[in-house]
Amino acid sequence: MTGSPAPSLNRRDFPSLNRRDFIVAGAVGAAALGMGPAAGRARAAEPLKVGLLLPLSGLLAREGQSCKRGADVTPALLADLGMPVQLMIADTETNLDTARTRAEKLIADGAQVLIGAFESAQTLAVAQVCEQRGVPLVINIAAAPNITEQGFKTVFRNFPTAPRLVGEGLSLMKDLFAASGVTPSKAVFMHNNDTFGSAMAGAVGKVFPTLDMPFAIAETISYDGAARDLAVEVGKAKATGADLLILVAHGEDSIKVIREMVKQRFEPKAIVSPGSPGMYEVQFYKTLGKYSDYSMTNLPWINPKSKMSQALLAAFAKAYPDALFEMNVGYTFEAILIAADAARRAGSPDAPALLAVLPATNITDHVMIGGAITFDAKGQNNNTRSAAIQNFGGKPKVVLPAEAAEAKPVFPVPGWQQRG
Amino acid sequence: MSIDLANQVITGLLTGLVYSLLALGLSVIFGVVRVVNFAHGEMTALAMYGSWALATAFDLDPLVGLPLVVAVMFAAGYALQRGLVDGFVDKPEHMQFIVMVSLGIIMVNGSLLAFGPDAHGIQVPYGFDTYEVGPLLIDKVRLLAAAAALVISLMLMAFFRLTLTGKAIRACADNLVGARVIGLDVKRLYAVTFGIGAACVGAAGALLSMLIDVMPSTGPELTLLSFIIVIVGGLGSMGGALLGGMLIGVSEVLAGYFMMPSMKSMFSFAILILVLVLRPQGLLGARR
Repeated sequence: MTGSPAPSLNRRDFPSLNRRDFIVAGAVGAAALGMGPAAGRARAAEPLKVGLLLPLSGLLAREGQSCKRGADVTPALLADLGMPVQLMIADTETNLDTARTRAEKLIADGAQVLIGAFESAQTLAVAQVCEQRGVPLVINIAAAPNITEQGFKTVFRNFPTAPRLVGEGLSLMKDLFAASGVTPSKAVFMHNNDTFGSAMAGAVGKVFPTLDMPFAIAETISYDGAARDLAVEVGKAKATGADLLILVAHGEDSIKVIREMVKQRFEPKAIVSPGSPGMYEVQFYKTLGKYSDYSMTNLPWINPKSKMSQALLAAFAKAYPDALFEMNVGYTFEAILIAADAARRAGSPDAPALLAVLPATNITDHVMIGGAITFDAKGQNNNTRSAAIQNFGGKPKVVLPAEAAEAKPVFPVPGWQQRG
Repeated sequence: MSIDLANQVITGLLTGLVYSLLALGLSVIFGVVRVVNFAHGEMTALAMYGSWALATAFDLDPLVGLPLVVAVMFAAGYALQRGLVDGFVDKPEHMQFIVMVSLGIIMVNGSLLAFGPDAHGIQVPYGFDTYEVGPLLIDKVRLLAAAAALVISLMLMAFFRLTLTGKAIRACADNLVGARVIGLDVKRLYAVTFGIGAACVGAAGALLSMLIDVMPSTGPELTLLSFIIVIVGGLGSMGGALLGGMLIGVSEVLAGYFMMPSMKSMFSFAILILVLVLRPQGLLGARR
């Protein structure tokens, strides 16, 4: 099976929306949110001060910068919807202690809501600060399930937990096998041993036996993402004889893994991530070139049919013509949208007012695939939904579910030496 | 031995040879000048940045750019010895330690300012190539880097054994008073030695830039790695540095292969402790 030249998800292929279109789309969304003229009258006159915590430097700098690009284009879009926000951006330096101290400083500097922090351990540290200080935290990206299992009253997560990511990610693999008529016999599971990777590994361990998957996991290989190289890890994976690689990595280590796979000629039928970053990022494409193609990631993705996505895409393309529009951008935008929506509904940007209305969030018009943004009693949005994306020509394209697909999935993938 | 394991051992051996060259620089400096260079890894990271800059700006293969990096590092090492380190040669060890550690911290933060926190890697056209030798797959980049490291190490050993300057430097290491009595310019020879150590660092940095990405935190990691190698091999012993590098390279691979890969660094420390307990002078080090 080969990929068809279906329409691309890339920003350049979206119809360009101007601000007027965005306001119309926003008005539709506002109506859906029950924010009619009365809500408009009640909106806060002063901008909401949003403290944004991201790993802008250090090991996760690429991902953090990607989130920041999403944040940078958001205030203008939200201002057009009558939801003014003022961003206060802080760098966690991919460091837990720094994340905690920067959170404290943002609050001391007047931030009324915090958003962040991409990495689970740092997010948990920030959540503790927010809980102590009574300031809401809207999580843009962080998957460790324990963040919303601590009984925090100030934490709201618009991102799936690791078990949900993994469950949907594995289910999509079954859909892939069904669509292609080919099923691998055994898989090797490689994962980064950081907080996110360990949470994902724990989730795979729990969820995999319940899903009646058609293959066995021959071996689970945990590795240090900061290792100088991953030659032995890949060699060990190859030695299992697995014909499917399940990979949970970040940007840097996903590159190291593929690089070694090419060198060691480890050619499974597919490389699939059940919901981790890395294999759909610009640097992955730039560094690996043709070897980045056909890698698959099953994760929440941007809804190409949403008017709001298109407006965000247009603004993003204008601000960052060379950057890739991907999940980090969408979720960071949505996190700020959630906070701004709460400020408007509350009629005040003050933290207690935001905390009072955030549990009742119900945003039907947003940018990511999935249902309305709502939160359960633990502050978790359970309406997110994953899609399968596969790389073609240095771009990610949705291949599953079929109703959102832009290309047919390629499985098994061509060998390294068979790529033009 | 399975083919997969054999492939991994070769990989470890080749990587270990580059580590050896890195550690050789540390060993040479300590063996002669008697100053432990705690900024060794940071200097290597600077050499890696230099190699990356040449590759980015002039599309220069790190192997081609290596002589330039080596020359610059030699000059920098020579100047560093004459301008700073020389004043601390006769000072207590804790003062030497503070000076060199401070230097390392300045280098880390300087590279953070100059190059930012992100990792920088070099993509050579043959970056994904491998040689097939029977059932074995040998990574071309590692093979070239290891071969270059071995040649440079042998040249260095030949320099110390066969040239007058090399013999004079060895004389300073063996008997400093005697060297002064016969009229050797010890200060200049110390500077040349520090320059040679820095040149080793330059060569190792250029070769490592083909294997791993460089970021500011790379420096302290490489300092630690260098210390493990020279302590295992024997501080001040050139042969020990070579042996130590290969031993650590292979042991990391074996630890990763037979145990958890995330434990491979821990295994290096286990070897270090074992050597310190059983043979404190290192495998090829002389008992003092």
